[in-house]
Amino acid sequence: MIELLKGTLILVGAVFMFLAALGLVRMPDLLTRMHATTKAATLGATLIMLAVALHFGEVAVVARAFGVILFIMITAPVAAHVIGRAGYFVGARLWSGTVKDELRPNYDPLTHELKSGLETQENAKRHPRETDSD
Amino acid sequence: MSTVILLSLALMCLALCLAFVRLFKGPSLPDRVVALELFSSILVGTIGLVAIATDVPSLLDVAIVMALMAFMAAIGFARFLERGGPRDD
Repeated sequence: MIELLKGTLILVGAVFMFLAALGLVRMPDLLTRMHATTKAATLGATLIMLAVALHFGEVAVVARAFGVILFIMITAPVAAHVIGRAGYFVGARLWSGTVKDELRPNYDPLTHELKSGLETQENAKRHPRETDSD
Repeated sequence: MSTVILLSLALMCLALCLAFVRLFKGPSLPDRVVALELFSSILVGTIGLVAIATDVPSLLDVAIVMALMAFMAAIGFARFLERGGPRDD
């Protein structure tokens, strides 16, 4: 039973990693490539580490395998966010079929200034409340 | 069981080749960084598989170090890109 489960986990994990690499090659621009690789590769590594934990079945090894899983699950989104942000800042071209880029009208790449879209004279004034100290 | 491991290793080898294609072609530096990230993820999986195949649990430490290095490399590359160093895409 454990053998079967182990084999399934290993195979599914390898397939997910292969799909991630396929997406990396086939997708049209940086953000869609990251969409393909980050999640699928994380899931693949997680499944294989689960298989490792099942195979050895000792406390020390299982703890280490879960440590790897936790670490990958925490760091993968952070790394993806940081790379995506840097890619947008250096002007990575978006795919021609992109429907919406909400950052473009409000963000100035030269000054790194992000507008909220609510900058009017009225909003710039200060409206003190009763509870303010001054 | 060994058939499954061999098949999975072959699949991951293919995945590494595909990631290398993107690393080689990648039109911009961020694309290459993404390919390197995928490299390290696949390597973590491969090390896990080798640990199962050879019954050596200490290899898991190598996997941990691999994941750590990949994270640091990604952060470093992103900082480098945002600061705007000399680039040759």
